[in-house]
Amino acid sequence: MITTSGLTKVYRSRGREVTALDGVDLHVREGEVYGVIGQSGAGKSSLIRCVNLLERPTSGTVTVAGQDLTALAGRGPRAGKELRQARSRIGMVFQHFNLLSSRTVQDNVELPLEILGVSGKERSRKALALLDLVGLADKAKSYPAQLSGGQKQRVGIARALAGDPKVLLSDEATSALDPETTRSILQLLRDLNQQLGLTVLLITHEMDVVKSVCDSAALMEKGRIVESGTVSELLATPGSELAAALFPLSGERTGAERTVVDVTFHGEAATRPVISQLSRTYNIDISILGAAIDTVGGLQIGRMRIELPGRYEDNVVPIGFLREQGLQIDVVGQEAVLVKEGAK
Amino acid sequence: MTWSEMQPLLSQACSETFDMVLWSTLIAVVVGLPLGLLLVLTDRGGLLQNVVANKVIGQIVNVGRSLPFIILMVALMSFTRWVTGTTIGTAAAVVPLAIGGIPFFARLVETAVREVDGGLVEAVQSMGGNTWTIVRKVLVPESLPSLIASTTTTVIALIGYSAMAGTVGGGGLGDLAVRYGYQRFETELMWITVAILAVVISLIQFAGDFAARALHRRGGRSGPAPRLRFLKAAEPDPAEAGKAA
Repeated sequence: MITTSGLTKVYRSRGREVTALDGVDLHVREGEVYGVIGQSGAGKSSLIRCVNLLERPTSGTVTVAGQDLTALAGRGPRAGKELRQARSRIGMVFQHFNLLSSRTVQDNVELPLEILGVSGKERSRKALALLDLVGLADKAKSYPAQLSGGQKQRVGIARALAGDPKVLLSDEATSALDPETTRSILQLLRDLNQQLGLTVLLITHEMDVVKSVCDSAALMEKGRIVESGTVSELLATPGSELAAALFPLSGERTGAERTVVDVTFHGEAATRPVISQLSRTYNIDISILGAAIDTVGGLQIGRMRIELPGRYEDNVVPIGFLREQGLQIDVVGQEAVLVKEGAK
Repeated sequence: MTWSEMQPLLSQACSETFDMVLWSTLIAVVVGLPLGLLLVLTDRGGLLQNVVANKVIGQIVNVGRSLPFIILMVALMSFTRWVTGTTIGTAAAVVPLAIGGIPFFARLVETAVREVDGGLVEAVQSMGGNTWTIVRKVLVPESLPSLIASTTTTVIALIGYSAMAGTVGGGGLGDLAVRYGYQRFETELMWITVAILAVVISLIQFAGDFAARALHRRGGRSGPAPRLRFLKAAEPDPAEAGKAA
């Protein structure tokens, strides 16, 4: 639905060059919620602004719904008619809501329809329907300043949906909100994604946002995408920073004669009660040091750190059993040991 | 000088001042508003970025602002004659007043429009709005309270300038005060004109502030206007509305 290839953005000011995007290839599938996470300055904002060409990429292409937007852009800094039409089919919500304080809530939602040239009657019908959808039907005549942050963002979302977009861009939409409100806004985005088949590209610096709504995620660092994939693909990737951050594990070995193992659950294997099977089959006591497990789409995914009695050598068979179950197993500290032995 | 002698002089002077200020303000607003918008739009990073045009407009505005009004009036004489066919009288005074008011108002417009949050412009761009849409739907409506305050300031400045219009026979209250009060020692008449000016200016300022605040309030932002609070009692308090939600 959204594809960027070789996207580069270089800002030049007073002879200095800052590379905000350094060859970004992003692929967002239709109907998914895709999260791009990174620290401030990683280039997330530039990326999302390049998708609807609010920022002109220095090089590379952006394709949204099969339309090459970079080809529509023309040379000048001003957006031509075709690009503006394409933008009207891409909704965008902002961190600071960006509602017009001089207009009522309803008039704010009508604004994109005014730009599209929709007649007055149709505009108000649609605006009220959208406000109903986001749960703010009773606030139509209020002004934005009379609303709470969460309500403002709901208006922002209603406004972004006015042009019947297939794609919604969310620029840190929950970063100015408290945790409770963040959850309700994310739930709304999730509902819209499912009800309307909306493809959502969101950028955020909060791991919780990715964890609670995203089907896929990408990690950005210094203008590049360092990791990307669906949440279970990321989990399956050994050493994935995103997986580690999404499902953080802690817990230290409790004694010398013990083996610590990280078990990653994803896919079908996660539905079976493997830990108790392991305990019964080999008659060993297993301690759980830490776990980070979520149910996503009816499947349990996540990671668990368990401790088995005895050294690694004593536990080769139980670990083999876990591997046979289709689980991904990382023996903590074992790699270092193997490397040492190899050196000898 | 008795009141019956003063009264026709005063009423004529008032209507002259009114004419001069009304027409010159209208022209200053009509020309100064687009000029001020252009100053913002053509600036570096603006929607119509054009560094050359920005410098040229900026320079014209600066020159217009830096000339003392009395010099501007004299310097513009031939232009005034070309426009109105004469260089003396109320109509002739409107020309330099308007020319003086345009850059004054344009700078105020520039400041007011710069205050508009860039995020709003970005939002409208993301909806597919063009520059004209952004000007009409964002920049002007969002800065309207400031634009009204700027108009008030311009009207008051033009009332001040119009006092010098006597130099070209434009008449008005300022001219009356100079000719009768200063040159003929009619101190009483002078104080009356001063009082009238003071009252008129206070009323204009009050009306301007009231209008600007009314618009601000509409936006729910409470302006620093405790003395006007009683007018607001019928409206729900935004703070409470927020709490209830």
